[in-house]
Amino acid sequence: MDTLRTLLLSLLIVIAGGATLGAATDGLRVFTTESARRLAVREHAVRVPDLALQAANGDQIALQDLRGNWLLVDFIYTRCQTYCSVLGSDFARLQDRLAAPLASGRLQLLSISFDPEHDGPAQLAAYQRRFGDRGSGWLAARPLDAEGVAAATRAFGIRVLDDGLGGYVHNASIALVDPQGRLVRIFDAGQPEVVAAALQAVLAQ
Amino acid sequence: MIAGSVAASLVLASPPARGWLESSMSAQMLLQLPLLAAIGVCSASAIPAAVRGALARWDRWGISGLLLASMTSLVWMLPRALDAAVDDVGVAAAKYATVPLLIGLPLALSWGRAGFVLRGVFLAETIATCFRLGWLYRVSPERLCSNYLLDDQQRLGDWLMVIGAALFLALMGKLLLGRFDFRTDAQAQEGRH
Repeated sequence: MDTLRTLLLSLLIVIAGGATLGAATDGLRVFTTESARRLAVREHAVRVPDLALQAANGDQIALQDLRGNWLLVDFIYTRCQTYCSVLGSDFARLQDRLAAPLASGRLQLLSISFDPEHDGPAQLAAYQRRFGDRGSGWLAARPLDAEGVAAATRAFGIRVLDDGLGGYVHNASIALVDPQGRLVRIFDAGQPEVVAAALQAVLAQ
Repeated sequence: MIAGSVAASLVLASPPARGWLESSMSAQMLLQLPLLAAIGVCSASAIPAAVRGALARWDRWGISGLLLASMTSLVWMLPRALDAAVDDVGVAAAKYATVPLLIGLPLALSWGRAGFVLRGVFLAETIATCFRLGWLYRVSPERLCSNYLLDDQQRLGDWLMVIGAALFLALMGKLLLGRFDFRTDAQAQEGRH
């Protein structure tokens, strides 16, 4: 009798444990916070709040003003020697691969700095020059204050950690915002050809 | 004993202790989770004999308890769960409740009921898990937890493999040199009467 009871309880434990594990991994599909965020965005588009920014030319812009077009957004800080270099050259290459929609204004590239204290308009412009900005369709901008940074990183799911060496560690990804201002996809950094192909498919629709 | 366990949980849940124990991935996995489980183990002595007896009838050879502890551990090994426990108060509360009650406590109650084979399987699986996770953390070029740095993750990987190796050596030593009582604790007690 004890054996039967143990068997029954064990079965219940396996079912409850399996259900918990399934829920914690979205059906064994995601094991990390980053992959969970990407899956969540793909399944349910997330509305991006309006953000006030200052561009590399000194102008104030609002994210709201860029609605109506497709937007590719990345997060950088200009002193970064690692991920941001990848992101910078990704955007320069996307300028080549997606020259037509960028020229027509159907698509806009936007780099947002999460270190506005260091990244003034001059630093942002230098960052773009360093990676060979082709001069069309790429905006670099900074939030106006620390609250703006918090709102922007929260909206895009960017986590910024102090690297202990005076710099930052952050997730390097490129976010796609649709013309309605909704975050619809997140791409890996370092694969501009994948981003370009996906954008061509989206723009052809 | 219950009061002591509650007090220890509260100390571990206090913001300074929690902040320090969650400041690195290594501290969370190698200190915080084991300490919480230890609180559960220590609470076992406070369970009255009548309740123990009732539980034992649902826990032949300790199978249910060890299964419960294993399944719960599996959840708290997910990088996503470690992240969420730092970011979300609800998940943190779940961790502080389930690690003592669903890992430490059943381990303490069921270990004595488990026989030689089940203990061996459980220990072998623990060692294997240390190596699996340790290797993954060591070689992964990506940060698996958004809240922690890559070098922290690699250091944790090294530690897990050291712990796995130490457990393996201890188990080998016991198998080669130790003396074994193949009866469960209950059988041993009956034999003594």
